[in-house]
Amino acid sequence: MRQWKRPWKSLGGLAVLAAIATFGAPEFLGAKEQEPEKAPGRQLARSAVAAPGARWTTADHSKFEALKKDFAKPEEVTAACLSCHDMAADQLHHSIHWTWICPDCGDGKSMGKYGKTINNFCIAVPSNEPRCTSCHIGYGWKDKKFDFSSRDRIDCLVCHDTTHTYEKFPTKAGYPVTEPTLFPEDGKTYLPPDYKKIVTKVGRPDRLNCGACHFYGGGGDGVKHGDLDSSMGGPKKSLDVHMDAEGLNFTCQRCHTTKEHQIAGRLYTSPAAPERISLTEADLASKIACESCHGQKPHKKDAKANDHTDKVACQSCHIPEFARVLPTKMSWDWSTAGRMNAEGKPFKKQGPYGKPVYDTKKGDFVWEKNVTPVYHWFNGAMSNMLVTDKVDPAKLVSLNQPAGSPTDPHSRIMPFKRHTGKQPFDPVNATLVIPHLFGPKDSEAYWANYDWKRAVVSGMNYVDLPFSGEVGFIETEYFFPITHMVAPRESVVPCEGCHAVEGRLKGLSGIYMPGRDVHAGVTAVGWLGVAAALAAVLGHGVVRMISRKRRNGQ
Amino acid sequence: MSDEANGATGRFYLYTRYERFWHWLQAALILGLLATGFEVHGTFSWLGYKRAVAFHSALGVTWLAAFAFFAFWVATTGEWKQYVPTTKKMFEVMRFYAYGIFSGQPHPCPKTPDAKHNPLQRLTYLALAALLLPFMMATGLLYYVYNDWAALGLGGLSLSAVALVHLIGAFAILAFLVVHIYMTTTGHSLLAHVKAMVTGWEETQAEKPADWEKRTT
Repeated sequence: MRQWKRPWKSLGGLAVLAAIATFGAPEFLGAKEQEPEKAPGRQLARSAVAAPGARWTTADHSKFEALKKDFAKPEEVTAACLSCHDMAADQLHHSIHWTWICPDCGDGKSMGKYGKTINNFCIAVPSNEPRCTSCHIGYGWKDKKFDFSSRDRIDCLVCHDTTHTYEKFPTKAGYPVTEPTLFPEDGKTYLPPDYKKIVTKVGRPDRLNCGACHFYGGGGDGVKHGDLDSSMGGPKKSLDVHMDAEGLNFTCQRCHTTKEHQIAGRLYTSPAAPERISLTEADLASKIACESCHGQKPHKKDAKANDHTDKVACQSCHIPEFARVLPTKMSWDWSTAGRMNAEGKPFKKQGPYGKPVYDTKKGDFVWEKNVTPVYHWFNGAMSNMLVTDKVDPAKLVSLNQPAGSPTDPHSRIMPFKRHTGKQPFDPVNATLVIPHLFGPKDSEAYWANYDWKRAVVSGMNYVDLPFSGEVGFIETEYFFPITHMVAPRESVVPCEGCHAVEGRLKGLSGIYMPGRDVHAGVTAVGWLGVAAALAAVLGHGVVRMISRKRRNGQ
Repeated sequence: MSDEANGATGRFYLYTRYERFWHWLQAALILGLLATGFEVHGTFSWLGYKRAVAFHSALGVTWLAAFAFFAFWVATTGEWKQYVPTTKKMFEVMRFYAYGIFSGQPHPCPKTPDAKHNPLQRLTYLALAALLLPFMMATGLLYYVYNDWAALGLGGLSLSAVALVHLIGAFAILAFLVVHIYMTTTGHSLLAHVKAMVTGWEETQAEKPADWEKRTT
């Protein structure tokens, strides 16, 4: 066995090959030993949170003379605030939080809650103001005559009360109560705010201030967004790694960079973040994008995940599911509203998760928890339809849609909550309609008399739009980008979640994905070829065996 | 073994140490690449997608580098001459495998150190070593550097097309493997060829036919 005399000699060759393998594929052999890289933005963010006095302030509001008085009504508090913060009113008057109109979208009048956009929750604000504007940063927006130039009608406290005792009543056009008042809908008694105490403790908003409205959009906890509900007030790390109350404890503004009361992250026809630049490139840029702090290559050096960032938004892998603690509404069918119980009274039917699945006022609901998002190409902007746009009753109507395309270098694959609905429309004019839902008992409102025709006549009349008098119901969908509830790394969507024929990205066009796009025809022919080769050699082998036996037997 | 019993006249050293090392290393690499490649393709789940991709990339790059050594060896040792295609005796070899083998006829081209490959093998291995395997390495490398295509001036390339031809090549290799493994059983014993590729020593075909080969009168 001459050839085995010096077997160690071949070890040298193996060592060379091992070195090549390590060099060629550091992501699977070498990278584990490397120290986790320190993204500068990430380090800065950590030190900013951890530093003592990071929540510094230069004023003690309890010492201010302007605040040492008994406030009879909330407008007096605002006047006191503005006596020092003299530019705040003007700043707020130019914010979408005040106007509910996107200032730089289209004609500057149509896009926004108080324009002509519609959703498939409570559909639209106009004609329903006193109910909807309980989430307005103002007082008394009860109809379209509201004075948007009023300074004292700005509600400073809803955002700046750090005692979290200040609450606006759900149906009083943004006002808090003046005496304890029960709201029958949620069975809760609202108390008049102790202004004198609250004003001594005003400060920067925290998660609960923003959450007072943004957790409850659509009229209840978790109804609208899916990635924003009261569980985000003090989340665990498993729910959100950044807001983790016992960890990084981010406030909303850590990402929603705020300058002069203009808050980054508004999302209509223009992207919240037009460029994906990091703070190391422009340290005064808005921090609204993940890349702002994490950069373009956030994973370990040579990690395959870094190769995905040109096509896949961070959220797609890092938010595997939304509504992970509390359920969110996934569907709302208005066409079944108006049924009465045996006593002829409106009723609610409770379903799973302790949430109503039917409500006479609103129709049928579907609630879900741990929802897998749907995925779309997204350049950061949404394209909203207006109530004046024509609809095809035979087709599902997309009330809004993610804008973007696979060929656009600014677009990424992004997760969304898709909320489906069935809502009133005008089959003659082929447009959607704005119903007058909320109003007193003697009004034309739907919740006063359960008559769709009267409610739509009243609502469309209010916004000066034509209505034929006929009410039909049409199926609609509405999308919310999913960007909160960022999960810890061990919960990210595994590769197979998308790289599979039946994976999450099934049907997403414009991209070739290994594991998903398997060239099924060629694969079938390939296996047929392999099977044919196998059959041929097996046949040959059998004939060899038989012929050999025959020869041996002779 | 039954060398004496079969009247074999002796053994000769056919495959050098490097050649055998290369054969089995390449065999292992190709099997690994086939397994991880078809897992990435979604045929089955074994290592998990992430590890399958990492292993496939590592094996591919290793193969590429190791193949360069092989090309060097073939060129410097003159072994390349063993791959020069010829049509001489090609028909005889084909006839042998088509029916001569069933009636116990001797192989028309017995192996010698100077002529390891019969004409059919010359053609097959030339196509494999000079065309199919480099094709797989080239398309695999392209696939591997997909994220740099734009920088490399390959922006117009279609990933779907590269993946498709890489897949077709994979099926061709798998089909070759099936036939290749079967052909190892066609020596004078079922494992003779495999043994030779392990030890390097090929047993010469007995000049005298084995007992079973003899026509009884």
